[in-house]
Amino acid sequence: MTTQIEKNASPQVRRKVRRPVTGAFIGRLAVLLVAAVLTLGPVMWTLSTSLRLPSESFDLPPRFIPWDPDFTSYSEVFAQIDMIRLVVNSALMTGFIAAGQMITAAMAGYAFARLKFKGNRLLFGLVLATMMIPVQVTIVPVFMIIRGMGLADTLLALIIPAIPTAFGTFLMRQYFMGVPAELAEAAEIDGASQWRIFRSVYLPLATPGMAIVGILAFNYHWNEFFRPLILTISEENFTLPLGLVSLQGNMGTGSISVVLAGVILSMLPALVVFFFGQRSLRAGLTAGVGK
Amino acid sequence: MSDTTTDRIAAGSSGTSPVGVRRKPAPRGRRKKNLFAWVLLAPTIVGMGIFTIVPIIGSLLLAFFRWDIISRPEFVGLANFADIALDPTVRVSFLNTIVFVVVAVTLQLSIALVLASMIQERMPDWLRVFFRSTFFFPLVLSAASVSIFMGYLFNEQFGVVNWLIGLVGMAPVPWLTTPAGAAAVVIIVYVWQNFGFSFLLFVGGLGNIPKDVYEAAELDGASGIKKFMNVTMPLLSPTTLVASVMAVITALQVFDQPYVLTRGGPGDSTRSAVMVVFESAFEQLEFGRASAIGLVLMLLIMAVTYVQFQLSRRFVFYQ
Repeated sequence: MTTQIEKNASPQVRRKVRRPVTGAFIGRLAVLLVAAVLTLGPVMWTLSTSLRLPSESFDLPPRFIPWDPDFTSYSEVFAQIDMIRLVVNSALMTGFIAAGQMITAAMAGYAFARLKFKGNRLLFGLVLATMMIPVQVTIVPVFMIIRGMGLADTLLALIIPAIPTAFGTFLMRQYFMGVPAELAEAAEIDGASQWRIFRSVYLPLATPGMAIVGILAFNYHWNEFFRPLILTISEENFTLPLGLVSLQGNMGTGSISVVLAGVILSMLPALVVFFFGQRSLRAGLTAGVGK
Repeated sequence: MSDTTTDRIAAGSSGTSPVGVRRKPAPRGRRKKNLFAWVLLAPTIVGMGIFTIVPIIGSLLLAFFRWDIISRPEFVGLANFADIALDPTVRVSFLNTIVFVVVAVTLQLSIALVLASMIQERMPDWLRVFFRSTFFFPLVLSAASVSIFMGYLFNEQFGVVNWLIGLVGMAPVPWLTTPAGAAAVVIIVYVWQNFGFSFLLFVGGLGNIPKDVYEAAELDGASGIKKFMNVTMPLLSPTTLVASVMAVITALQVFDQPYVLTRGGPGDSTRSAVMVVFESAFEQLEFGRASAIGLVLMLLIMAVTYVQFQLSRRFVFYQ
């Protein structure tokens, strides 16, 4: 705000910055601040309550800033449920899905973007059309196919069906379309094989696109609830969201700080994505929307 | 798989046509290129075949059978559809879902649009980044976790929301124990987590509107609300269409929030269509019925999307 006043003072830029700090500006800022408080408030409360003594966790007035943090709830949540197991399961599932999607989407996207074969456009249209099918419609047959494969109630039941990705394929196709075709022609003249051209020329150029696919997959599957709820049965195969919901069910409204400690722990990887992958995630979420 | 093979052979033989004279070993190169394409496509295509195409066909068939997984499936014709049309729980859950979609999507889009246009206005960059990141933040959380802590916040006796309401001297609201209260909480929690996505789309759309259009409007004496209604809204309409289609499709599939917050209660007041699919299949072991409900939901999603695109022909303004 001080910079604006200084700018207003200098005559050269006065014409550019016509409007000084007005009532409208303050009004807008107030609305945005209220929205920001409503967005962050619940998360701050969750964090500070997880750092209260379990016995005091539902006491009023609530706390939004953890002045004197107490870590009892964090050790307690490890005692109440097999947190390590849940974290390992979630990490394995998410990791394999993300890696699988990055690889298969890059392969298919490259084929659709750069290789000529009969039925290319038709097949790509079909892949896109599968995005219209909601997961709830296919889940019953998927559950049966998984059972038929003998994978019922395993982590693989969650991983394998989630690897083929229509959206990721679409994204990678767009990405490869943006890479000039001359590169392949030059490599071809040098006698490089199809595989070499893909692996050594195109794939390195597509790593930012693959990062977007990976981050999207991570964000979706780390947080997903519906598929694990259906496809896993025994607690040893639960993922974090499932484990936390069942912990919440068992605790009732007792020591909620213990449940909230688990919630905060489950958020940590999401925070890493938020701080380091936000740009990629934004790009991925809004990709394909056009102008 | 057999389709793929025939396709490959067909494509390979067409490669020997005169078109492929370009470089020396053209026919063989073509065929190799084709084979290579199918190798690259195989994981995705086979995977989608097994886990999307077969299941959707399976679902279509299963909807005409009664099956509890243990005994043999029994063909029942349209009985499942007749059954769900008359079942009060199914009917109320679809009605709930539609009301939910209308209210939640309206809120989500309006909040997102207002905040997105405010953030476009002049302000220090760090402040803009702060707001943008803040509104984006709920998108990286899991709906299950969010529903857990929101459930505590809306607790009738000890919740922060009722404590705040008490501060201004009002009586505590029975949020999760009354039908209206529970529906309101599900909507609030859902919108809290999802408005950021529409916000992102609107920020992108507003950024694409050329500045000179506004300058022209200002020269013509338009200001404030008038500028927004006559310049911003028409130029933003393609974004609004995409944002609303995506918001509606997502909202029609709501499950996590009502499941964790209320398990569909009290009574059936917050039971959603997807919850009924889930319960039919995995609690009542009525797999045919569950498929039928799922298909009806999918048809609803497709119909709504179609209508939205039809309406857009009249109201969307492309530059």
